Amino acid sequence: MSDPAVACTGLRYSFGRTMAVDGLDLSVASGEVFGLLGPNGAGKTTTILCVTTLLPVPAGMVRVIGHDAATDRMALRRLLGYVPQQLSADQSLTGRENVSLFARVYDIPRRERAARVAQALLAVGLDGVGDRMAATYSGGMIRRLELAQALVSAPRLLILDEPTIGLDPIARTDVWEHILRVRAATGMTVLVTTHHMDEADRYCERVALVHRGRVRALGTPGELSSRCAWSSCRSCATTAPSSAPGRSSPPCGC
Amino acid sequence: MRHDRTELCTRAIQPALWLLIFGETFSRLRVIPTGGIPYLDYLAPGIIAQSTMFIAIFYGIQIIWERDSGVLTKLLVTPTPRAALVTGKAFAAGVKAMIQAVVVIVIAALLGVSLTWDPLRLAGVVLVVVLGSAFFSCLSVTIAGIVLTRDRLMGIGQAITMPLFFASNALYPISAMPGWVQAISAVNPLSYQVDALRGLLLGMPSYLALDLVVLLGAAAAGITAASCLLPRLAR
Repeated sequence: MSDPAVACTGLRYSFGRTMAVDGLDLSVASGEVFGLLGPNGAGKTTTILCVTTLLPVPAGMVRVIGHDAATDRMALRRLLGYVPQQLSADQSLTGRENVSLFARVYDIPRRERAARVAQALLAVGLDGVGDRMAATYSGGMIRRLELAQALVSAPRLLILDEPTIGLDPIARTDVWEHILRVRAATGMTVLVTTHHMDEADRYCERVALVHRGRVRALGTPGELSSRCAWSSCRSCATTAPSSAPGRSSPPCGC
Repeated sequence: MRHDRTELCTRAIQPALWLLIFGETFSRLRVIPTGGIPYLDYLAPGIIAQSTMFIAIFYGIQIIWERDSGVLTKLLVTPTPRAALVTGKAFAAGVKAMIQAVVVIVIAALLGVSLTWDPLRLAGVVLVVVLGSAFFSCLSVTIAGIVLTRDRLMGIGQAITMPLFFASNALYPISAMPGWVQAISAVNPLSYQVDALRGLLLGMPSYLALDLVVLLGAAAAGITAASCLLPRLAR
């Protein structure tokens, strides 16, 4: 069996006195669409930031496609595509210029660059509007543009932090369809954070329910729904944790 | 700037006012020893350095905006070394500064300042302006990496720009300053930038080699410091 795409063991991270991730264990298989599901403040984004090497790994271990996130950062970054929570495309550039910028920072050879940019725009359905200013794009189109930026380097692991936040239902479906289409074509691993139960249920092959910095339940959406009713998870997945610590008690009946 | 050129006009106003009002007034007063050249000529390189420094010193605000909008996070996840990202940003600030320098040179020429048009010397001007801006923009990014918020950076930027300007030879020669200001001027890269610009644009006696060494060293130190502190912004 091949190495997992992402393996976190006993990961801990705190911001001052606030423990954001508290002994998180996680294993994402190569090629799967894996969802980190949890409410705001559960520790999903902090986990993602450790996996992307943006945060150090002060305790525990994070390995991505065989590379240690603490010691082998550069090799790891070459394999990543990352879409942050915010709609971060540069509005003063065209869609094509936005993707070209990332083709350059990923050091894609000059002679291949134009073709790779066109390919990435085509993959997210923006090939017809690539020369329009990003400022004229809708929220869903900007999200797809960011997907193209992340895809231009042909990553083996695509990390999406709340990719559909702030989008209407049609745009959400549209973004997911493009993610799944690209994933089917390339076989890359997709690690996504979300607090939308329906998205995790519909699009993820496996889901980890994260609450107060730990994985509280793990399995396919089907397994989770048979082990604990999705509806009972809904309360802990979509509401912020209370200020009371109580870390030892699971958030729901999972 | 390619998509929005209003910056070009708005940024031309301040240096134009410095040259038109301050320059013309002090030209008439004749109280500043300039080494025998008209005060407006003496002032023009100082205003080029000042106006490019004013742009660069607030460059950190753009970095904080990039942090808030997620752009910086995306860039820091790429395999591009931090030093390369910072160097790219420093020289982007240099390009902006160069455009500003051209605007000020044109205004100065229209006011009758006799500047050199020797291409080699003008190439030297480009180098000096880019190095100076690289240092001040990296200083700004370094401060941004320490203070982390836009408001604090704005406050510090406001607090240091005028002292940097007045404790330099942009408006008057170092010999006319009190001793303690001379000491600050000796460690202020703006003074070296102005000295080099005066030598290149006006042919005044200057320590060009020393100026270039100091500006190169300052830019390298700025890039190093900013590269070390940039990841703090993404946390």
